Amino acid sequence: MTITAIRKDLEACTMTVTAEFDSPVDRVWQVWADPRQLERWWGPPMWPATFTEHSLQVGAVCRYHMTGPEGEASNGWWQIRQVDAPVYLELDDGFADADGNRNAEMPTMVMRVSLAPRATGGTRMSIETTFPSAEALVSLVEMGMEEGLSAAMGQLDDILAE
Amino acid sequence: MVVNTTLSDDLTDRVFHALADATRRDILTRTMVEEHSVSALARRYPMSVTAVQKHVAVLEAAHLVSRRKQGREQLVAAMPETLRAAHLALDQLETIWRARVARIGDILSTQATDTK
Repeated sequence: MTITAIRKDLEACTMTVTAEFDSPVDRVWQVWADPRQLERWWGPPMWPATFTEHSLQVGAVCRYHMTGPEGEASNGWWQIRQVDAPVYLELDDGFADADGNRNAEMPTMVMRVSLAPRATGGTRMSIETTFPSAEALVSLVEMGMEEGLSAAMGQLDDILAE
Repeated sequence: MVVNTTLSDDLTDRVFHALADATRRDILTRTMVEEHSVSALARRYPMSVTAVQKHVAVLEAAHLVSRRKQGREQLVAAMPETLRAAHLALDQLETIWRARVARIGDILSTQATDTK
């Protein structure tokens, strides 16, 4: 696995990550399509994700929560905007309240995932995340600041173990 | 719900490092009031323009100031709070996705081994 590019565009409120994997496109698609695999990477080790509803059909709503080290939960949802399995997925990603209902006060992000075979074998995956505004981006981070430090410590272990 | 879990340690280090030096703190304070050219800043300190440029680069790497060209001059201005926060936010998002991609890589390589 290699990250080949990270592009951050503050004016467009967009970040694009491009990574390459040795596995074929069908296999990489599974980390999105199979909720049990998705749960293994969506949340950091200290805040693992659980998808209680998951379907990659256009219009479908997926629901998930992330559980913190002290049992606190953070709820989120996806709504699928566009799918072309196994090469393209576009969705809205937003926050939910404790009952799983959409939190309209928090900004929603758009994620666009593209998978393409590499000429040399394996897959190139790019993930573009777009925020509605710079203010929205900032409000998201301010909210996560407290949780951030402990999560970062957990991820450090992973990085060191690589 | 992407940005709620990670702090960019690297950037935090850069901010602390940038603020650990008296000259850099002085540059930051002055450029908060108004934009300064690098050469104007250099006249205020007992050091070369090149040395001041290096200090500005450290502040820039921490998203504390921005630099723009005007003719042959380089103008330095303190980054407004909101803009700095937005840069920080994108950096944190980058950290989150780097970790996610690493975990995806782990999942893919584990399964590849399992099926051999």
